[in-house]
Amino acid sequence: MSEAKEYKYIGQRSIRPDGYDKVTGRAAYGADMSLPGMVWGKILRSPHAHANIKSIDTSRAEALQGVLAVATFADFPAQKGASKDLATNILANDKALYHGHAIVGLAATTADIAERALELIDVVYEVLTPVMDIRDAIKADAPLIDEKLMTVGLAEAPTSASNVAARQEFKKGDVEAGFAEADVIVEREYYTPTIHQGYIEPHACTVSYDEAGQSMIWCCTQGHFDVRAQTAGILGMSLSKLKVIASEIGGGFGGKTTIYLEPVALVLSRKAGRPVKMVMNRDEVLKATGPGSASRNWIKVGAKKDGTITAMQAKLYYEAGAFKDSPMMMGCMTAFTPYDVDNMYLEGYDVLVNKPKVAAYRAPGAPQAEYAAEMAVSELANKLGIDQIDLRIQNAAKEGTQTVYGPKLKAVGLVECLEAVKNSPQYKAPLKAGQGRGVASGFWFNIGGQSSVVLNMTPDGTGILVEGSPDIGGSRASMQLMVAEEMGMEPALFRPIIGDTENLAFSQGTGGSRTTFATGMACIEAAQDVIRQLKERAAAVWNVTPDQVEWAEGVAINTAGDDKLTCAQICKGAERTGGQISGRGNINARGAGPSFAVHLCDVEVDKETGKVDVLRYTAAQDAGKAIHPSYVEGQLQGGAVQGIGWALNEEYVYNEDGLLQNTGFLDYRIPLASDLPMIDAIIIEVPNSFHPFGVRGVGESGIIPPLAACGMAVSEAIDIQIVDLPCSPPNVLKVIQENS
Amino acid sequence: MATVIFSTELQEFTGEGKTNVDARVYRDLVTELVARYDLLKKGQLADMAVAIDGVIIVDPLLEEILPDSEVHFLHFVAGG
Repeated sequence: MSEAKEYKYIGQRSIRPDGYDKVTGRAAYGADMSLPGMVWGKILRSPHAHANIKSIDTSRAEALQGVLAVATFADFPAQKGASKDLATNILANDKALYHGHAIVGLAATTADIAERALELIDVVYEVLTPVMDIRDAIKADAPLIDEKLMTVGLAEAPTSASNVAARQEFKKGDVEAGFAEADVIVEREYYTPTIHQGYIEPHACTVSYDEAGQSMIWCCTQGHFDVRAQTAGILGMSLSKLKVIASEIGGGFGGKTTIYLEPVALVLSRKAGRPVKMVMNRDEVLKATGPGSASRNWIKVGAKKDGTITAMQAKLYYEAGAFKDSPMMMGCMTAFTPYDVDNMYLEGYDVLVNKPKVAAYRAPGAPQAEYAAEMAVSELANKLGIDQIDLRIQNAAKEGTQTVYGPKLKAVGLVECLEAVKNSPQYKAPLKAGQGRGVASGFWFNIGGQSSVVLNMTPDGTGILVEGSPDIGGSRASMQLMVAEEMGMEPALFRPIIGDTENLAFSQGTGGSRTTFATGMACIEAAQDVIRQLKERAAAVWNVTPDQVEWAEGVAINTAGDDKLTCAQICKGAERTGGQISGRGNINARGAGPSFAVHLCDVEVDKETGKVDVLRYTAAQDAGKAIHPSYVEGQLQGGAVQGIGWALNEEYVYNEDGLLQNTGFLDYRIPLASDLPMIDAIIIEVPNSFHPFGVRGVGESGIIPPLAACGMAVSEAIDIQIVDLPCSPPNVLKVIQENS
Repeated sequence: MATVIFSTELQEFTGEGKTNVDARVYRDLVTELVARYDLLKKGQLADMAVAIDGVIIVDPLLEEILPDSEVHFLHFVAGG
């Protein structure tokens, strides 16, 4: 299916199935679970950014009445590889690697006693010089965060350790020849800060360890099967001995694709013999959970006078935090993908610093690299005297474009997004003095992967749709609509729920913009399985073969006669035709369709204070097919708002000792509704031919363009080229003053 | 025969940018490549995703390779 077509239910703006619970406060989130006999777990965290741990003495804390258990890294079985990094991030081994790094876990009968007990733990540190910035980290004489870390990917094997974990390069054509053809070249270095996903709900879990039977974790997560695998891996448990239930989730954006508390809570529960609840506060969330990478990215782009871009080159440095594996690779793979240019060359570096291990944040790695690339392209357009959108259309990636990371693109909607923005009312609105306008594109791959779904039909003909993907953006409504469309029955007849790890086979987490695509395909397959069974049952009743039965609008039709049976009638009599009816969809989805986005931002800058006000904002994105348009618009708007925050205000502020200074939402300022205009969302639908309804993912591309759209708008408003983010009042004022 | 195009990273092990392979499924293609290039290890390719005719597959094994297929190896892509 690749051409647009009309649907009966898909495209409806139905009420989300979880809506009532959420607006009435009935929905149960990570911190809402209580169990009989439950006690409280707390974490002692490092007051230093970089320190050797000489000793840990918990005896005074354990002597406090009400303290039931303590846990340190020594309680984890021996770890290897990635699991060792994960475990060492959850509880420090012999070094504290960032401010807030977890050192000791402790459980007590009340939260107050646990807090007091933490103050009785004696840790002796040998404080080391912290490494807080890429420029410092890559110096030859930089203090080493991991003394055994050898750079991977160098032409010659390194002979000594460094803070650079990996180097990667991507090449297409001949950039030197490309730049030789160029009439105009732009070359700059850009900076993006460490930022947080800013989910409102802190990490939380309630666990119960069962020595003989099955242990349980209730937690807020984007992937409870991944929580099971990661926790079981660290604790050496069998997967079948651990049940994980995903609570409702108050935001994740990639930050809840990993674990911090769960193994500690299980160790404490095992030692205490009681269920344990752990809830982070905001200070802990910002200090110790995975932020998005800071980056320093050098870009060079060149074009002929006619606007043909001839070469694009980048050197990208990404902070990984205190453990390797930043999203540098994906930065390299996405930076120039909106462009069909013959000559490209990118180098990427994965750099350790004394900050928390970075985590995914919506299109991980792409916003940083594409910010730099898009700023350079916009500046190139200005130097050429060509409209920023026209230059992008002229050089836009399209079906058949060879990407720098390998494959040719299938049908994509970048040009359609660019044209939609060019034709938007905002692009035609005049700007006043002191105002500026920025345009930027964004590309994200989207992924497929494993999804498991069960559709259990009830005797009254309604269905319970059990899916394994936590719903972080309204996906239950989309699953409901896709099943309804396939079955030809009203959406309200199907109740979508998130199954726990016992109810379903493995499902990958919700991330990578995969859920509506991949889990949607599993839902469709489960519905087709149910239809197949319904037709078989009807055939049995009519004494015909199943291929003589057609299914339309929720009704089985006997093509050999005039008989009809509704779904409800077949389900009601299911016990007489072979038992209850249940469909399955256990798939590994292939063919995810990439999504391009184009944003347009108008700002006004107060040159006396440096304050930036966003006046108008338009976001266009290719959804393939918008199953539930309201939630697609919500994703576009949400991505835009988070990207605007990244561009204009958000940053981790560390002092000279590497201690995080802004550990609350008063000082780490995410945009409020009152800060922003309505985000005009334009849904483009270029169907993905690999999905039955044409779906692409929409959760991630929307956060990519705002950085450069805002950055360029501010640049034009103050007539000075911005390179460093955020464009916060002090930073903008500094730029203005330095250039006045 | 299918065309396999090697990334800059893999060219260090193959010594060339592309090659042609007669294979009907991904598993056989990898077996042939490892036999053809001494430095290219099966495990190395197993840790990579593959794009067959533009479709990225993270965990391939029996995916069909057509005579005119274009195959690229690439790193895993994860998301947020």
